[in-house]
Amino acid sequence: MTIGPILSALARHRIAAMLITLEIALACAVLCNAFFLVSSRLDLMRIDSGVDEASLATLKLRGCEECNAADLQGRVMQALQSVPGLQSAAMVNTVPFGEPTGNAGICLDSECKQFAGVPHFYAFTRGATDTLGLKVVAGRNFTPADYQGSEGFFPADSQVWITRALAEHLWPGQDPLGREFWLAQFHFRVAGVLAHFARPDPGRSENGVVSAEWSIIVPIAPDAWQGAYVQRGLFVLRADPLDLPRVLAAAKAAAARAVPEAVIDQAASAPLVQLRERYFQTDRTMAGLLVAVIAAMLLVTALGIVGLASFWVAQRTKQIGIRRALGATRTDILRYFQTENFLLASGGIVLGMLLAYGGNQLLMRYFELARLPVSYLPIGALLLWIVGQLAVLGPALRAAAIPPVVATRST
Amino acid sequence: MLAYYCHLALRSFRRHRVLTALMVLAIALGIGASMTMLTVLHNLSGNPLPTRSAVLFHPQVDPRPARLPGADPEPPDDLTWQDAVNLYALPGATRRVLTSTNWLPTRADAPGSALAMMDTRATTADMFAMFGVPFVYGTGWSQADDEQRALVVVLTRSLNDTLFGGADSVGRTLVIATKVFRVVGVVEDWNPQPRFYDLGSGAFSEPAKLYMPFFTWLDLPQDYGYGPMACWDHGDGTHDPKAPNCTWAQFWVQLDDATQVAAYRQRLENYSAQQHQLGRFQRAPNVRVRGLLEWLDYKRVVPSLVRMQAWIALGVLLVCLVNAVGLLVSKFSRKAGEVGVRRALGASRRAVFIQCLVEAGLIGLAGGLLGAPLAWLGLWMVRQQPVPYAAQVGLDAPMLGFALLTAMVAALAAGVWPAWRAARIAPALQVKSL
Repeated sequence: MTIGPILSALARHRIAAMLITLEIALACAVLCNAFFLVSSRLDLMRIDSGVDEASLATLKLRGCEECNAADLQGRVMQALQSVPGLQSAAMVNTVPFGEPTGNAGICLDSECKQFAGVPHFYAFTRGATDTLGLKVVAGRNFTPADYQGSEGFFPADSQVWITRALAEHLWPGQDPLGREFWLAQFHFRVAGVLAHFARPDPGRSENGVVSAEWSIIVPIAPDAWQGAYVQRGLFVLRADPLDLPRVLAAAKAAAARAVPEAVIDQAASAPLVQLRERYFQTDRTMAGLLVAVIAAMLLVTALGIVGLASFWVAQRTKQIGIRRALGATRTDILRYFQTENFLLASGGIVLGMLLAYGGNQLLMRYFELARLPVSYLPIGALLLWIVGQLAVLGPALRAAAIPPVVATRST
Repeated sequence: MLAYYCHLALRSFRRHRVLTALMVLAIALGIGASMTMLTVLHNLSGNPLPTRSAVLFHPQVDPRPARLPGADPEPPDDLTWQDAVNLYALPGATRRVLTSTNWLPTRADAPGSALAMMDTRATTADMFAMFGVPFVYGTGWSQADDEQRALVVVLTRSLNDTLFGGADSVGRTLVIATKVFRVVGVVEDWNPQPRFYDLGSGAFSEPAKLYMPFFTWLDLPQDYGYGPMACWDHGDGTHDPKAPNCTWAQFWVQLDDATQVAAYRQRLENYSAQQHQLGRFQRAPNVRVRGLLEWLDYKRVVPSLVRMQAWIALGVLLVCLVNAVGLLVSKFSRKAGEVGVRRALGASRRAVFIQCLVEAGLIGLAGGLLGAPLAWLGLWMVRQQPVPYAAQVGLDAPMLGFALLTAMVAALAAGVWPAWRAARIAPALQVKSL
């Protein structure tokens, strides 16, 4: 089909053509940005926590009356050993999707002239890396000598393990092993690198989505597990995924028997899968709401196209009759309207992409949003082409059904 | 005349049923979708205490060291222990409240009762009057109780229901953190949203179950946690509430008019200067006295995702409007013949214009009336989600009115240009073709 006649026909109906183009352009701009918002939420929800979530659960104790913190933790660890099916357990300050407890700004020099962002510090006792299933991809594994007593929060000088994402942020393109950083007077040296390990609050911390995996593991001796750590610490349990709910229930019962004076925090004591589910609840809701709004908008755009196309068909009844009388088939008429809509939609999409880019610039300025990836534009374009074709189908079929005889009528 | 225009509009709706239905649906969907999102936003940025927000202020001072790499120029949100004590004693405010959150092991005063960790708010005597917390039984405690570290407690209605079966429990006792406390009052389950007085522990989180005097709580024998602390120098003895480098206490004052606010700000400056001279503060006076709403705005309590989505919602509304313009153009063009006859019979352009606008306005009204239940449905779906702020989201009368008004104004705005086009139709040309 040649598009020459279609273009000249459109030139006669400039206003209707302009309106459809504008409708599609605006829809395209809103669609691309909304789509981007949804998918950035979904990306965050798919984050690789780096640990074997399905096999893990947490057990958290909160406060107790007149009790010795170190003794309490010791008794719980002992009680846990009698839980059948429990593969291993260890004390940690928190886990991914748990309560963040160690967000702190670090510096690359001891005078802190070079501030390097706010990662999360995990404090691990022996066995925690194995319990969580963390794997070192560069450098060495943890050795018993790494676990030291703390002076306040951390040992004065620690060997630490960091994630590849944090290493890349701190020393882009360089070997992170052996590099140093500081947090006030505490000094850290990188001994190993982990492929993935999410912070407890991915996407919601000070540095936003980019810092989702800025995690540091500091090994701590169990006897240093006092003061601040007791309030914020928890036990991480590993068991067969199928057996995990039973093991967690048994562990809670054993802990309650071993330390009757403490209270088990029921909300924070849960399988990691459940903690993850809870953590992303808001994102899921918001993504759902946005998808619903996008759907409503596409429907409205389709309605607009149906309305204008019907008007158009009604206006051109006589011309269509003439074409039919001159030998055009029904398919020809149908194709004509579909091609026309495709041309208008394409014009709208080109304009819409410029608008989408501008809108994204505004969102970037006010909401610290990332740049709209170019890959979203074709998806938006495809969707609008489909919506346009579907919307024009009804009026086009009606046009195609016009019998040639109307050409002979006076109106 | 208006009645006649309405009559004409209704006739026109009957003639173009499908087109009219499309337009109403387009506007209704636009209104429904954007109102859902805007209501979520409106509820989230709502004023937690509409009757008292004008007189509540949040003072801030800056006790941080002069050199602090990467430090925010804004002073910390909360106060250190020393500043909390000093500012609480500072005159110039009608009322003042020093408060913090904590978890305390609590049980009924009977042997063998179950122990539970309770969300507790430590606060000073003025809080109940200053924030307007309604009492069910009894009263709050006095400032003398604060000073004497009295072992008194105020329960919320729901905790009173659990512990005492909803009876008037004034005078009964509870064991909190090993000490025996006497109940002096029971308040309603008071939960202003956002929880302005302590944003650090969650702007939309659950409220405290019981309230106890601030200084009594600090005297409790053990470390039960002091709410979130912000520290700028991780020296030893962290988690000590009296550490000079950690802020954690929230402070609010009631200032009744602008002069009082200005005078109070001056007092804060003087205080900071005095602390500077004493060598406690290293920085030049850096104080803030933000009103409640200004404080919420500064803290960006509304999740940025929600704000972003509100913009998207407005974009959707715009898309709907452009669609409405398109549909109105096609509708009004179809009645070119009718308009021609009316013009030929003596109707002025003005009359045709107004009549077209009336038609557009009626379509907008219908769209708004259909859009409101759609928005209600959308909000109902938001409420089904287990997110912290979902329960707060509801469509109130002003929002409903706003939705209807938006729909009408939007439709009228969309109708201006098509109506103007219709009014310009030359009568002769149209009558000829009839």
